[in-house]
Amino acid sequence: MKKKDFVVRFAGEGGQGVVTSAEGLAQAMAQSGYNVQTFSTFPSQIRGGPTWTQTRISTSEVLSPGDELDVLVAFNEYAYANHKEEVADDGVIVFNNGEFEIEESENVLGMDFDKLAKQTGNNRAANFVVMGALARLVDLPLSVLEEFNRQRYTRGRPSDEQIISSNNMALSLGSEEADKSGFSLGELADPIKPEGDQVLINGNIAVSLGATAAGLDVFVGYPISPATPILLWMEQNLVGPGKFVYQSTSEIESITSIVGAGFAGKKAMTSTAGPGFSLMGEGLGLAWMAEIPLVVVDVQRGGPSTGLPTKTEQSDLMTALYPGHGDMKLPVIAPGTVEECFYAGVMAVNWAERYQGPVVLLSEHAMSERRQNIPRPDANNVGVEIRKSYEGSNGYLRYDGFELSPMPIPGGPGSYIANGSEHDAMGDTTHLPSRHVQMTERRFSKLNLLNDGTFEEDNNKNTNIAIVPWGGSKGPALAAYNALREENVDVGWCYTMYLHPMPEKMLEVLKSKELVIVPELNYMGQFSSVLRSEGIKAVSITKYTGLPFKESELIERIRKIVESLVIKGVMA
Amino acid sequence: MTIKNPEYDFKWCPGCGDFGVRRALEVALDRHIVENEQPVENSVVVAGIGCSGNMVHMLEKEQPFGIHGIHGRSLPLAMGIKMGNPDLNVIIVAGDGDFLGIGAEHIGPQGMRNLDVTAVVMDNGVYGLTKGQSSPTTDLGVVTSSTPYGKMEEKLHPLRSYLTMGVSFIASTISTKVKDMTDIMYEAMNHPGFSIVHVQSPCTEYNNTFEALKGNVKKGIQPLAYDIPEGHDSSDAEAAQEIVNADGIPLGIIYRDTSRPTFDKRLSDTTGIKEMKSVESLLDGFTI
Repeated sequence: MKKKDFVVRFAGEGGQGVVTSAEGLAQAMAQSGYNVQTFSTFPSQIRGGPTWTQTRISTSEVLSPGDELDVLVAFNEYAYANHKEEVADDGVIVFNNGEFEIEESENVLGMDFDKLAKQTGNNRAANFVVMGALARLVDLPLSVLEEFNRQRYTRGRPSDEQIISSNNMALSLGSEEADKSGFSLGELADPIKPEGDQVLINGNIAVSLGATAAGLDVFVGYPISPATPILLWMEQNLVGPGKFVYQSTSEIESITSIVGAGFAGKKAMTSTAGPGFSLMGEGLGLAWMAEIPLVVVDVQRGGPSTGLPTKTEQSDLMTALYPGHGDMKLPVIAPGTVEECFYAGVMAVNWAERYQGPVVLLSEHAMSERRQNIPRPDANNVGVEIRKSYEGSNGYLRYDGFELSPMPIPGGPGSYIANGSEHDAMGDTTHLPSRHVQMTERRFSKLNLLNDGTFEEDNNKNTNIAIVPWGGSKGPALAAYNALREENVDVGWCYTMYLHPMPEKMLEVLKSKELVIVPELNYMGQFSSVLRSEGIKAVSITKYTGLPFKESELIERIRKIVESLVIKGVMA
Repeated sequence: MTIKNPEYDFKWCPGCGDFGVRRALEVALDRHIVENEQPVENSVVVAGIGCSGNMVHMLEKEQPFGIHGIHGRSLPLAMGIKMGNPDLNVIIVAGDGDFLGIGAEHIGPQGMRNLDVTAVVMDNGVYGLTKGQSSPTTDLGVVTSSTPYGKMEEKLHPLRSYLTMGVSFIASTISTKVKDMTDIMYEAMNHPGFSIVHVQSPCTEYNNTFEALKGNVKKGIQPLAYDIPEGHDSSDAEAAQEIVNADGIPLGIIYRDTSRPTFDKRLSDTTGIKEMKSVESLLDGFTI
């Protein structure tokens, strides 16, 4: 049987071409019709330090980074020592024997990456040496990689031809080395080309493109890992008449300036991570109180405090829902795949406009950095919404009544005072009990307008246990669910990226369950706690290592919970 | 609010300097609206938190837009409004606690950008609304509710700070000179760039400095405040430096630099991009 799934990890020192090798391989394989996903982790420093990136290649949709490695490419001894345990029993370790030596054994293949690169006349061709060897290990025709090489380095420069031919030579040299070793991992099955155009993109760029497709006008952000790429993308692209993008001096300046822009009639956004999000709490309260549309993207990392800046975690759910003091619960959209990141960007802007208030988009480090092929979104048909603005005469009462009302825009009619203090109908500060009652109920009633969240479900009619992950744990949880269903384990599936407000029908499904199992990357079990507050019997499967779930560990842990219920007689 | 609003129960104390500031602001805004042929809705008043921020609710003529935000953040709010719509006339009303204490970090960045807004800073040298704590402009050694043994910090010199931080229009005035203050505020709104009108606006309740500022001949008290001599060239940075380094409170326009581009002008000039790329064309770059 041909191989349908292939995981390669490149590990070494920052600057050795670890990331470019992995991403180059992903690009090449995606171009030839495979599904790909990269996953990386690196230290929080500018140069050097141990780093690794892995690429998973598959003939079907890739749901997780992959549990075991088919190939480990070790650029140095430290990388070899730290990653060899994760290589599958039938896997291969390719190592740079120009850099270090290891004992010969059945599954190691040493080659001098740099010496082979030098032979091509291009010292920087080591990546291609490695890729050539990998191709040989899975019987992939070199023409696939040669085609990628030609496309990537045809840049209209005089040196193009020389680089392309040296890279092609590197591919051949690498392939020959692997051939000499006699190793083989089995032939990779032919790709099943997905229908329609595909884009290879990461979560941060997908969020940026989605928000831009929804008509974003203003972006103000402050650099912070792992959200910085959104700021950089915006600085490059959200540029032109009527647009404003800027690097602020703090997250406090970011949030308050987009409150100003939202008040002035613009679609405004910022992006940040945990520490910055904490600083934005007061500004988010102002936007909620004064009813001003805006979007905050929180790309979660390990917390609290400075925490783990370059590792993944899902521990900001509670703060996203309740970022500030007082009675306030914000809408939260947490995409679970790179594709969902695009549509979450669209919907976050739309929701903010529709209910005239702040929306939080919760992403995660692992998803923000990973590149994946997704169906190309149709950016012209995403369904762009614009707030109801006031167009009548002056003397308007902006905050009248218990429900959403049209918003006056400075420069137009209906001047009022957008007020962070409790206020009366025109925005003047007041302490009257009846006003605090009216305005509090008004602010919460507007959440009812966000009732169009969708969800997916499977096999819920037949079982009283459901697996309900959130955010980036969706992929490994879905893989685990599929595996358990194949074993005929009696579980159902439910998922949404709309965490608040949650789709009513999904809540109904979950309330009917004897048990809802929530895989999530935090210590406290934050989402299951939210579900329990809705009257749902939910428990978490938690993990807090800074790394995502493996499919195999979820299969085991879910199976254990289900078995214990069978013993207790809850399940047949 | 144009008419007395029974739901709004805030009042300035009798004799508060902020009454005079309100009068000047109303007249200057009127003049700005007429001269620039703009409707009043084209102006936005951004309020800090404190007695002075309540100005936004107490303007009695035709109503501009207003935003009464959070403590210390009037400048970034104003940046979002102005850069979101550069056609708007944006005026900040804030006090020394809001603008120079909790909000001090925002002055320098807007100086560097030359954000085209006008800040009216009402300095009473005390936190009035929270009942008399020391502020950055309270004098050294002064006993307040939060400095029961006397203030340990030396006072901040706001005008010196503004000059070093690149504020391109700096004026100093006093709440009792309403006509002069009106003219200065009008000039400040017309100034292309970041303008600050720093007003001595004493608190009659917790830090009454009227006598110290204006002097008292009978008691032999020399006035701290003095008019800037007519010959002062406000475009001369060195002359401005001399004024802010001298003792006393100068009254008048200290510094005015009209040569620097405003932030909104920088935005269009720096990129030179006439049309934003479509999302479709941006997606092309990622298509496999």
